[in-house]
Amino acid sequence: MSKEDYTGIWVYAEQEKGVLSKTVFELLAKSADLKKKLGGRDEITAVVLGKSVSGLCGELFSYGAEKVIVAENDNLAEYSPRPYAKVLTALAEKYKPSIFLLPASAQGRDVAPRVMCNLRTGLTADAIDLDVDGEGVFVQTTPNFGGNILSHICIKERRPQMVTVHPKVFSPNEPVPGAAGKVITEKVEVEADDCYTVTDVTPRVFEGKPISDCDVLVAGGRGIKDEGDLRMLSELAQLLGGELACARPLADCGWLPHEKQIGQSGTTVKPRFILNTAISGSVQYQAGMHDANCIMSINHTAGAPIWDVSHYGAVADYTKLVPALIAEIKRRKSGNG
Amino acid sequence: MKILVFVKQVPDTDDVKLDPRTGNLMRDGVESVINPLDANGVEAALELKEKYGGTVTAISMGPPQADDVLKKALAMGCDESVLLSDRALGGADTLATGYPLAKAAEKIGGYDLLICGRHAVDAETAQTGPIIAAFLGIPQVTLVDSVSIDGEYAVCRRVLPDRFETVRVKMPALITVCSEMNTPRYPTPINIMKALRKPRYVWNSRDINCDPEMIGAAGSPSSNKEIFEPPKRNTDTRYFTGEIEEMASAIADTLEAEKLI
Amino acid sequence: MLINLTEEQKMIRDMAREFTKNEIEPRDKWMDENGFDFDLYKKVVDAGFMGINIPEEYGGGGGSAIDTTIIVHEFAKGSASEATFLDAHWMAADLVLFHGTDDQKKKYLPQACAGKIFAFGLTEASAGSDAAGIKSTAVRSADGGWVLNGGKAWITNSGVADYYIILAMTDASKGNHGISAFIVPKDAEGLTVGKFEQKMGIRGTATCELAFDNIRLPADALLGKEGDGFMMAMAALDGGRISVAAICAGVSEHAMTVAKDYANSRIAFGKPIAAFQGLSFRFAEMATDIKVMEMLAFDAAAMKDSGKRCTVDAAEAKLFAANHSLQICIDAQQVLGGNGYSKEYHVERFVRDARIFSVAEGTNEILRMIISGSVLAKK
Repeated sequence: MSKEDYTGIWVYAEQEKGVLSKTVFELLAKSADLKKKLGGRDEITAVVLGKSVSGLCGELFSYGAEKVIVAENDNLAEYSPRPYAKVLTALAEKYKPSIFLLPASAQGRDVAPRVMCNLRTGLTADAIDLDVDGEGVFVQTTPNFGGNILSHICIKERRPQMVTVHPKVFSPNEPVPGAAGKVITEKVEVEADDCYTVTDVTPRVFEGKPISDCDVLVAGGRGIKDEGDLRMLSELAQLLGGELACARPLADCGWLPHEKQIGQSGTTVKPRFILNTAISGSVQYQAGMHDANCIMSINHTAGAPIWDVSHYGAVADYTKLVPALIAEIKRRKSGNG
Repeated sequence: MKILVFVKQVPDTDDVKLDPRTGNLMRDGVESVINPLDANGVEAALELKEKYGGTVTAISMGPPQADDVLKKALAMGCDESVLLSDRALGGADTLATGYPLAKAAEKIGGYDLLICGRHAVDAETAQTGPIIAAFLGIPQVTLVDSVSIDGEYAVCRRVLPDRFETVRVKMPALITVCSEMNTPRYPTPINIMKALRKPRYVWNSRDINCDPEMIGAAGSPSSNKEIFEPPKRNTDTRYFTGEIEEMASAIADTLEAEKLI
Repeated sequence: MLINLTEEQKMIRDMAREFTKNEIEPRDKWMDENGFDFDLYKKVVDAGFMGINIPEEYGGGGGSAIDTTIIVHEFAKGSASEATFLDAHWMAADLVLFHGTDDQKKKYLPQACAGKIFAFGLTEASAGSDAAGIKSTAVRSADGGWVLNGGKAWITNSGVADYYIILAMTDASKGNHGISAFIVPKDAEGLTVGKFEQKMGIRGTATCELAFDNIRLPADALLGKEGDGFMMAMAALDGGRISVAAICAGVSEHAMTVAKDYANSRIAFGKPIAAFQGLSFRFAEMATDIKVMEMLAFDAAAMKDSGKRCTVDAAEAKLFAANHSLQICIDAQQVLGGNGYSKEYHVERFVRDARIFSVAEGTNEILRMIISGSVLAKK
């Protein structure tokens, strides 16, 4: 069994309660691009698992799937790592795709490594680009060290070449209503995992809107010296009609929840205005906000990378500038300006 | 309870650069620390030990200097440490990393709970934990921010983007933990002084019965074609200057112009 | 590096450094404005620092003078107040360790390790350098106990301490050799804690007046032999002076670091002011002096650990450190120009903190007496 026997591009059609993840459509679009670059012979297949999910085929075809494998079983009604990994492994062994793309979602990142291990193949995490090089080799670009170093990865011999991709790295194509393709229904045999039971689900309540929905953001980074300083950033955000967000270090140490993190491994945002405070501007951070309309930054280092992406800048100590700015804004708002 | 906690040594900064001549990472002067999320893992293990009794073994794979993170784990309170150090293990991708770590767990045997940090802050693949679990054939629960024990089961709360899930998993099992879970304790000086007298093992790939085809570069399906620094963006930045008060005033002017205030 | 730190000592140093950076340094300004920080003190207790100097059998860390010097040195890089608090506590606990009976050690040392604060009381309003001039008295009572009268001033940790080691005159006719040491709990009847002293610096330590009004103490409150108090205190001060030298080194390094960051980023005449030699040369002096301070402190600590008498070495270390640290802090303040005068920039606080060290735990004058006496007595 050599790699030449593997053909086709798979996209894991992650679904929850009958709703497909938007990242699936983004990956289907990218698959079409890869297919072209690989010579046009790889079939694009979406693979969906669940209890009764065949109704999702139409949507998958409209976004670019040429084939859909539907694996249904009562025991797949809810996601569970081992049963899902078992089914995906069996399907991959049967159908031998060359490339297998999955969303880098909680579910994708949970199941992909187990499948990769079962198949003894390679898995590239959080790819920010996928391409085909001059020799026809599928190359994945991934960030390291917060994106300050990028790697070109390839999985030379083993198949399938597995990759997880974050949401919004690629863009979906316009859906083609009524597009059709081949449906393969796999009647899989899989037991529920008695060792793993979800006993309770509680929705999370967040302070404020998701940062991806915010028009205005004030973000803090590694340079914020004291957790208490977040209060004044929050105050400034409110004065501007926006919300507080952060770069990765503040989420990693728990000062703000992961949901407030801007960046490659967090959320991509496109606000009307963003103020970066004490953020050095690593590649992974820039990737998450560079499309913002108006970018202003405060940092006390003249050589920080954040200036590469900022429209406005102040090389200053935030502990002095932010209180002064808050005072000035309040002054103007109260009509003393 | 027998708990194994996996710890990785990572650079203390994201500010890594490439040597323009060789194209390799410049590691000089870059300090190495315990992966912060693995410190959360050690703390979780120690809290479980304090509550339910048992032992905690810290395991790391790396060059000899990776021993520093094991020392830190011992100083925080772990009972023993295992370092997997072997040239043959070097140059490994995630599959060829998870495999020897799983073999080490196999050699130790009798474990109830395996704990990993959610991801390592250098590569952030978040794969090592699940790969270890897959090799050992045990269930996994990722993104855990709290855990308690109920007989044979670990009761874990997972933090998902939109919800919390409580999962009961039968041990032996592997969990990966988030930074929200706890604040890692400082190693007390007393524990530091005791740390180096605790049992410490160094194993090579043969000690843990590794198949040579499955370790190192030979056992790595993925390979790194090249590493490079990303192209820099270029924006014309307008700087505010002067004293703090002047800057604040100029910024406020801009905010007014942008209709933000 | 004359002193080779062991693996464990490096780990302790790194841990103390991390603790200082994360927990102590951010609180120094608050302590300067508000006084003793009880929350921080709890963290210091939880992190296991209170009993470093006490043997393991009493619940301590079994640390050496090098170990304690490492820790106060690191603490001082974040807060002179916090380092001083800890040093004073250790010094008082050491008195029990070296001179206590088995029962006293078993009773008090575990408490010192667990977080009960100890304070060492020799100085009075009218007697500092001249120890024999103390007016506090302890008189034997009919039941074999003692009655303590008098008072103390300038005692670090007074007002927050759980136990005071009080030096009092038991036989005035013997001068220095008529002083004895007593362990006095904070709730002793007749003990009054006066107002907090408004100090120029190290305002994060608690310093109050104490008044003793016929405090009745049991017989076993006597620490060590009657009349040995002065000798015990002087020996304890040797250790204290080594710590103070290390604290001075830490404060100086903190000041230099703040000045360095400022000099590297403040632009004047088109470049960072660090580019001007008049300023940069100052850093050469600072760095060299700091290194000497460290070496003297650690050398004296090593001497103490080896069991040799280290009185002169400790005095030399403290004399050098006290003189130079104040000057370094003032120089650092100068680098900051006008901003150095602002509390927001911290360095003025280091100047105020450093000022005390040429006076506390042995004035410069007393130290010079000790050192010159030793030099001139040599054959």
